[in-house]
Order: sequence, then C-alpha cells, then structure tokens
Amino acid sequence: MRDRWISLYVENQVGVLAKVSGLFSGKNYNLQSLTVGTTEHEDVSRMTICVTSDDVTFEQIKKQLNRMVEVIKVVDITSAPLHMKELLYARINDIGPDEMSQVFQLAEVFKVRVCDAGEDCLILECLLTTESNDELIKLLKKKFKKVSIVRGGAVAMESISISKR
Amino acid sequence: MSITGRKLFVKALLEENVDTVFAYPGGMVTDIIDELYKTPEIKVVLPRHEQALVHEAEGYARATGKTAVCLVTSGPGATNTITGIADAFYDSIPLVIFTGQVSQNLIGNDAFQEVDIVGMTRSVVKYGVTVSDRELLGRQMKMAFQIAPAGKPGPVLIDIPKDIQLASGSGEYPSYVDIRGYKINTSVHIGQLKKAYKLLKNAKSPIILAGGGVNIARAGDSLRKFAEQTNVPVATTVMGKGAIAYDHPLYIGNCGMHGKYSVNKAISECDVLFSIGTRFNDRITGDLNEFAPKASIVHIDIDTASISRNVVVDVPVVCDANAALDKLLEWAEPKDTEDWITKIEAWDKEHPLSMRCDLGLCPQSIMEGINKVFPKGIVVTDVGQHQMWASQYITLNEGKKMITSGGLGTMGFGFPAAIGAKIGAPNQDVVCITGDGGMQMNMQEMATSIIEKANVTVCILNNQYLGMVKQFQQLFYGKRYKITCLRRNVDCPDDCKGPSGACPPYLPDFVKWAESYGALGLRVTEPGQIEDALREAKANQTSTVIEFLISSDELVLPMVKGGNAMSEMILK
Repeated sequence: MRDRWISLYVENQVGVLAKVSGLFSGKNYNLQSLTVGTTEHEDVSRMTICVTSDDVTFEQIKKQLNRMVEVIKVVDITSAPLHMKELLYARINDIGPDEMSQVFQLAEVFKVRVCDAGEDCLILECLLTTESNDELIKLLKKKFKKVSIVRGGAVAMESISISKR
Repeated sequence: MSITGRKLFVKALLEENVDTVFAYPGGMVTDIIDELYKTPEIKVVLPRHEQALVHEAEGYARATGKTAVCLVTSGPGATNTITGIADAFYDSIPLVIFTGQVSQNLIGNDAFQEVDIVGMTRSVVKYGVTVSDRELLGRQMKMAFQIAPAGKPGPVLIDIPKDIQLASGSGEYPSYVDIRGYKINTSVHIGQLKKAYKLLKNAKSPIILAGGGVNIARAGDSLRKFAEQTNVPVATTVMGKGAIAYDHPLYIGNCGMHGKYSVNKAISECDVLFSIGTRFNDRITGDLNEFAPKASIVHIDIDTASISRNVVVDVPVVCDANAALDKLLEWAEPKDTEDWITKIEAWDKEHPLSMRCDLGLCPQSIMEGINKVFPKGIVVTDVGQHQMWASQYITLNEGKKMITSGGLGTMGFGFPAAIGAKIGAPNQDVVCITGDGGMQMNMQEMATSIIEKANVTVCILNNQYLGMVKQFQQLFYGKRYKITCLRRNVDCPDDCKGPSGACPPYLPDFVKWAESYGALGLRVTEPGQIEDALREAKANQTSTVIEFLISSDELVLPMVKGGNAMSEMILK
C-alpha cells in the first residue's frame, strides 16, 4: 500500500466529477485527494488524483477510469518527475505577541507567507508539497490551541528537467 | 430544416432501424409517445411496470442481438427502471433507456416527478447524460446507439427534459459521432495471442473455459471449431452455457458453485486454463487462492478491466472473442488429449450430475421434459434453485439458447424477459422456467403477454419457499425459515421447520390466476403429467402457466459454499 498519482484528462461536462469520485467510493478505493480544473482547452478538465492502494488495485483503478466514456486520458504520474504543490491556508487564533513571533519564525523556516493579520490572529498562506503541509499542520496544532485549516489538494505537472517534487 | 425535439427523437429511432420500443407513458414523455403514434414502423410495447419493461427489453436484445430501446417518464417511471438497468449492466446487454425529465427551468426545484436519474444510475450505465441543449439531442442519441453495443455491451441512459422535446432545432441526425474518450479495441494483439496459443499447445491437460462473452460475440461456431481442431475439452460458465452444443464430445459441462463435480475437478487439476469472455466472478472461482492452482491462465476478454481483477492471469489478451478465435483457428493443431479426457470422464462417472428424484415430482425430470418437448427455441429463467437446475439439466445447441440473469441475479427477471424474447423472436418457442417467488415479482406482465400475443410457456417450479435461501438455511442456518416460506401467515408458529397438513393455502392459486387473464393454467403433481402438460402448452394459442408442485426439500447439488475452494463440493 502506498500513495499513487494519476493525472486524468476528462471532458469538461456536468457530472464528470461526480462520476469519477463515485467510482472511488462505489468500488471502495482509498481516495486521498482529488483536484480538478480546466486546461488550456476549455472543453477539457485535468484532475490530479492521489490514491493509496496496492499494485493490483491501482491497475484496476486505471482500467476502470479508462473505460469511462468521459475520460480522455489516464496518465500514471506516480514515478514521473513532477512539480507538485498544494495551497493551504492556516488561521491561528487567540495568540499573544510571543506566539505571533513564533508563527513568523515558522513561516520563515517553511518558506510560507503571512498573508493577513489581526490583533490576536494571523493567516498563513502555504504553497508546499502535501507532505510539507502535513508537517506544518502537525506543528501548528501542537504549538497553538486554535488553528483552523483549509487545504486545496495537490495539483501536479510532469517536470521538464527537475526531478524534485 | 428546423424540427422539434420530439420529431428528431423519432427520426433518430428510424435511422437506427429501431422496430420496437418498450414504453410506459407519463407526463414527461407524452410528447414523444404522441410522436410515436404517428410512426407505424415502430411497434410500441406497453408493459405493466417499468422494471419489467427493462427486463422485456433485455430479453428482446438477447433474442435478437440488437440494441433494445426503452422509454419511460421522469420520477418513479425512471427509478423503477434501475433494477433492470443494473441487470443489463452486469450481463452486458445493449440497451438505450430514454427517460423523460421535467423542463430545465424546474430541475433542482423538487418539481413534481423530478429525480436525478442520471445521478442515480451513474454506477450501472456505460454512459448517462441529461440533454442540456436541443442542439445536442441528435449527437447524444447517436452516442447512445454507438456506445451501447460497442465492446462490452451495456445500458446507456439519455434523460430528455420536456422543454428539449418541444424546442425546435436542427433536424440532422449524425450517422457517426467521434467520441474521443471511448475507442473500442478492434485489433488483436498477435504477440499476446501467440503466447497464449503456445501455452495451450504445450499443455498436457488443458481446459477451454467459455464465458458469456462467447455468446455475446456469437463466437460459438469458432469456439467449436477451435476445440475440435485442438481436441481440447470445453467447460462453460452459467452465462457461457450454450456456446457449444451440450452433446458435443468435447463439452464437459458447467463449472462453478453449482457446476459439475468433474468440471470443477478438471479446472482444479488442469495445467492450462484457456478462458474466453468470463470475468471470473466469485461464483465461478470460489476461494481465489485455490482456483485452478496448477494452471497457467490465459484470459481473453474485450474488457481490460475484467482482466487480472479477480484472478491473476499469465497471458492477458484484450480483444473480442470472435476475433481471437478466428486468429487462433489459423494456428490450431491437433493435440493428444485422450488420457486427459478419459480422466475427466472417470471423474464424471465417480459423481455424475443427477438428482435423487425420490421426493415426488423431480426438477430434473421437469427439465428433461422441457428438453424433450422443446428441442429448439429459447429458454429463459428467473433466479434461484430452478435457475441452477436449468443451468445443470437444460440442453442447448445451435437451435436452442438460454437467457438468464447471471450477474445481478434479479428475481422477477424471467417472465418479462421471456415475453421480450418472444416479441423479438416471434417464430421461436419461448419457455420461461421460474420459481413461485420470482414469478410473483413481475406477474403483472401476464397482461403484456396476452395483449401482445407474446405466447410463452411459463413453468413455475413451486416449492412454496424462496428455495435458494431455504437451501442455505437448511444447510447452514439451523433450518429457521420464518420469512422464507411463502405459505406462512400470521397464525403460523415462529419455529416452523417445514410444511405440514396444517399449512395455510398457497397464494395465489396460479391456475385460477392464469385463467383470469385468459391464459391457460395447468397444475402438474405427478411425473407422468410433465410431458403432456408441456405439449398442451406448446400447442396452446395463448401463454400457458404450468405450476409444478415440487418438494420443498429439493436441493441444488453439487454445491460449493461461498468462499470455499471449488474442490470442496457438497455432493449429497
């Protein structure tokens, strides 16, 4: 069992997202994240899907996706060199001046931006890999009492020359 | 030229050479129905329930090989079709289902008879869409007729809002549409197929396993030739039954949960399992770790997703059964399989397929009676014990086919599917073998049978129980039958262990019920009456219901308990 990545080209039509996500729930596949947006062709959407599975199930997932009429192309990008990032906002509430500076320090270490602030709160805007976002969340929850998080799921594109995620 | 949606709808059906539509009227399809009234080329069949409507279409599609067309209204009309659609999906039956929908300005308002039928059926159709633009109607109808029969056939649902039916727009119906996400593999991968053949060629004890895909591809003829040219024995699944004639010397019988002992034994012992058009359903394999443990497995299937899903195969070949067999025929050379066949015959002698027949009217004798009186035609079954007895004892060949609900196992399938088959093949005798439980799930269709003059011989094997469930309760659940007994009423004791003289009368009286529709009703209680009753039914000018009163203690044997290895058969 490990994380796998699929880049999925689908028709940009009503119901396609429901159909794809329905496949994962209906067949008990372990969907980790799914993002979708249009591509350079407005009638084509591209999904970035992360799923945790074994080899056999993953093969089956790709075949099942492939046989959907609305699916144009299934690309397995699990082992391809990628650019992959996820947008995350974290709001830290009810904090004093000491804690605020801690947040600024963390932001520097993680190379994320403090994008908004109030008297006793801050918002971090993080563009990191999913794994780094996971780590940041863990840390924030440990250090601060009131943290609210929204994250968008990862989007990925095959890299030209770099092999780093 | 600009025409209305309803006119384009009918034009499309005509261009698709649709001669029959199974339709149930309702508010959101009245316009289309009205248009169909003006179209004498298309016969409109009115069933009595939308679930049965789809089963009738399935029977029609199976009997004719054509894509069948259904038309129902929105809301309950649409939801009633879902069971039939799922059945067609699991058994790969090409259907196009048109549902009416409320006008687009009402969608989402919880309007009268509004449901999201496309959303509800998403997991049981090949493709489903609500037409959102009058200019897309022609294209989407064409897509439906292209997708339904292609590759692994199946149902396609097109939901048409009322305003689209009325709106004027292009009168063009395309002769072909390009669907970029749906390209069927029509070629044969010669390299893979050669590898597959090489395995077979070097095998000492090979088996060809033919599934429903062989029947769907109408590849029976090529299968027989291939088996003959290689001398390799052929086993079938329930859905593959009839792919080769029952009396062919190389045919060894059905495998699976209620298959023959010798066939399951042969699959357990074979060194190459050459399978074509089967998805290795759990009823075929039993415990996957113990399935064909000594064999290298070849799997030929049109559907990539069916390959290496349940059984890990050694040589996968993605292609149509007919295309593969035609290519294989070019290479086929005779093998010496005499010892192997002798071995299988010895296993068959050890535990031949036959019932005890000491509990009164014997299901095996009924099946043999049907074989004798109806040597040709179409046998349609419902789901349950009778279905398995039919799969064991009904004999099929080029002139006789069986239609059954294999994948979904839909009770209530048999009778309407038989009517649909008769409508599709009016010159053939159609026999419906059903149980007293399944018959009651769609018995309203007797009206359809009578008004359409679609005469079928309905053989109800009445054991007063939901027999297949009872069999499980008898063997594994301490013989507790409270709601499996169809004779029970509120005065019965909770711990009833079986029928006695004190039981309430069976409901309904099937003979009187049949007569109330103007059909012929017969009741058979003695073995000597079986053939006479069947002959009377065959000669009758309306549908006939024959109620065979059989013992509730009859079991379907041999049997493999779900999840057990195929070699662990319960024989007695």
